Amino acid sequence: MSATAAPAVSAPAISPGAPVGWKVPATLSVLAVVALVVFGFLGSAQTAEFGISASGDAFALPALRVPGMATSIVLGVLMAGLAAWSVWLKLQGRRTPGWAGPVFAVMFVFSFLVWVVASARTPSISLAGLIAGAVTLAVPLVFGSLSGVLCERSGVVNIAIEGQLLGGAFTAAIVASVTRSPALGLVAAAVAGALVSMVLAVFSIRYLVNQIIVGVVLNVLVSGLTGFLFTTVMQEDPELFNSPGRLPILEIPVLSAIPILGPILFKQSVVGYLMYIAVAVVWLGLFKTRWGLRLRAVGEHPKAADTLGIRVNATRFWNVTLGGAIAGIGGSFFTLVAIDSFTKEISGGRGFIALAALIFGRWNPIGAFFAALLFGFADNLQAILTIIGTPVPSQFMAMMPYLVTVFAVAGLVGRSRPPAAEGIPYVKG
Amino acid sequence: MSQLDPSSSAPVEDSPATAQAPPPVPVAATTAAKTEGVSVLREIVAGSGLVSLLAVVAALVLGGLLIASTDRQVGRTLGYFLARPTDFFQALWTAGTSSYVALFQGAVFNPRQGFAPLLETLTVATPLICAGLGVALAFRAGLFNIGAQGQIIIGGTLAAYAGFAWHLPFGLHLLLVLVLGIVGGALWGGLVGYLKARTGAHEVILTIMFNYVALYLVDFLLNTSAFQRPGETNPISPRLDETAVFPSLTGSRLHLGFVVAIALTVAVWWILSRSTVGFEFRAVGANPSAARTAGVDVGRSTILVMALAGALAGAAGVAQVAGTEKVLTTGVAASYGFDAITVALLGRSSPWGTFAAGLLFGAFRAGAVQMQIQTGTPIDIVLVVQSLIVLFIAAPPLIRSLFGFGRRAKRRGPRARHAQGTTAGGAA
Repeated sequence: MSATAAPAVSAPAISPGAPVGWKVPATLSVLAVVALVVFGFLGSAQTAEFGISASGDAFALPALRVPGMATSIVLGVLMAGLAAWSVWLKLQGRRTPGWAGPVFAVMFVFSFLVWVVASARTPSISLAGLIAGAVTLAVPLVFGSLSGVLCERSGVVNIAIEGQLLGGAFTAAIVASVTRSPALGLVAAAVAGALVSMVLAVFSIRYLVNQIIVGVVLNVLVSGLTGFLFTTVMQEDPELFNSPGRLPILEIPVLSAIPILGPILFKQSVVGYLMYIAVAVVWLGLFKTRWGLRLRAVGEHPKAADTLGIRVNATRFWNVTLGGAIAGIGGSFFTLVAIDSFTKEISGGRGFIALAALIFGRWNPIGAFFAALLFGFADNLQAILTIIGTPVPSQFMAMMPYLVTVFAVAGLVGRSRPPAAEGIPYVKG
Repeated sequence: MSQLDPSSSAPVEDSPATAQAPPPVPVAATTAAKTEGVSVLREIVAGSGLVSLLAVVAALVLGGLLIASTDRQVGRTLGYFLARPTDFFQALWTAGTSSYVALFQGAVFNPRQGFAPLLETLTVATPLICAGLGVALAFRAGLFNIGAQGQIIIGGTLAAYAGFAWHLPFGLHLLLVLVLGIVGGALWGGLVGYLKARTGAHEVILTIMFNYVALYLVDFLLNTSAFQRPGETNPISPRLDETAVFPSLTGSRLHLGFVVAIALTVAVWWILSRSTVGFEFRAVGANPSAARTAGVDVGRSTILVMALAGALAGAAGVAQVAGTEKVLTTGVAASYGFDAITVALLGRSSPWGTFAAGLLFGAFRAGAVQMQIQTGTPIDIVLVVQSLIVLFIAAPPLIRSLFGFGRRAKRRGPRARHAQGTTAGGAA
């Protein structure tokens, strides 16, 4: 919920001439009241403890200990102030400035954290572990949503992210097992993801089949195919076909000992490092290169792009394929990093969360990256909260990514607008 | 597409407008999304029955090859293929067909049980038909209802609650269960329709997200004291009262829900082809702008069609909890909601087509269980065959070129060839 405030701030950027709406002030006000009442006045007075240092750190920082109710009340009052200011600005006919949303979101998340931890049976969690785990869980989501960015920015709807992840996970496992080389498994995962994507591209670009149908069907096809081969091939001889071995965790000396940031930036597997590289490369490519300009052009206005000599369908085909390769690498995370074997449906619907991250991140690689991190955070928090025993049912935490996405697409927190020509096949004419 | 297909030129012209107009007009977004559905409708309706048949055959052959490729005997004979190729082909044939024979015996007829397996097929087909009708109805109005899964869950949850928590006389109880299940599905679907009509959010995204919300919601409910079976730690509800479940037909697992499915098929046929709202749905599906100009309230139509689609899926949920399962678990929808999409596509979105497709896929599912027991072929092969069928049906040029009668398809010919040229150009 905290995150719902975040995108509100970029709304002005999207519609500069629009009159100032009530959405932002109203959303902030409601959330502030919720935070103040639920987290503050109804919260537990216990002290919440947040561990900051992990065992491998260069220097130990003391744990952060805050009184539950008092902290939430202070934060709640600050949030209410921010909301009131936003309402005042609206009454003046002015827009709430861009920084207000993120600041509000951070306060809301922290207030929520203090509240759940303080009301838990064991009011203590490791902040370092929470964040490191969130990044790990976000890895396949980030790759999946980058695939979505490339496909959808070039005008092809990609519902098949789930299939690309699953195909990558399966192929990585089987190739790494047979060749005894996780690195080859990684390459094979990219190829598998690209192949799934090529089916999407061929059917939607060459045969003009509706892209949503192809995507939905591809997910079923990959699920059936991997399930079938898992039973008939992998389970017959798990030693030979389903023991890929893990990619090693590469620790960069010194830097990895920085508290909190060290483990997430400098203590990752190859796939984890590739994630950061992929986000940077896709963002730079998309917005700073000729390739990216062409990609976005065929996704927004293919006719104009065609008039300027850009080969629309070829551009779409290769970018969809590239997107599949990226998602395939993300799929290898399941079988080469997280667990060292494949099981049926190992991607477990994360392709759809990646789709949600893509939309919540407004079809922007960096936005999608942070949205995926947020969803990974929610996922990890849910797991940790179940352990320390809190009043919030884990199912509601698990629902969060989907609800946030519904709010985002319904424009309750600023509109997410897809590329204009998304989903429409292009036929020269 | 804009030249060849006059009605679908709308999105091309609409989209830039959406991009330039500062506050994106929900109406424009709705229009773009709607017209997107039109091309689907065209794909679905334009093809002939022959294409459907050939698609099924091609998918079955490919599935058979997949089964054969993992068969041991086939691998062994391949080792001396050059010495005795006949052995290889015989093994290939045996591997491929024995699975399908087992599937047929599990789904329709076998010497031991006679036609008893057919009743199981009808049982499995019941929720597929109901949910498939929901997806088909939405397709006809130009909407993609990917949310049958969630609608089944919510419908099933409400129905199950009425079934085990209330104790009412026979007849009334079952009726109430049915009504609540339908209302639950209708609310869950209608909510998507409302959000789409009001904000222009795309129904595909909304329904996918609502599927997950529904799944976690039922998981939460089944862990509360109101829903959980007393003395049970797993998320499972009490058994539904005897007064709340569909009576069994012929003493098998087949229940009265199948008759409800037939009635719903008739109802959807009547709505689509005989009623005013059905005409409005089809008008909106064919061309939302024209429908609006002609005085159709497109937003109201969107909400109504999604609610009806949800209601049909909700009926599938009732068929599950009050018919086949008789309890509520988190797996109440199994994968019926997703299979319903393929059912509707195979049935070309017509009520009776969907009914037939539901029977076919019900046979696949029922037979696959027997197939796995007899030949060890995993059930997943059904997913492969099912998805291949839909892919082939959705791309008539592909199936035509596969079976070598491409020249006859003059209308689609130039489009397909053209697109082919561009892709090939990209590949070069």
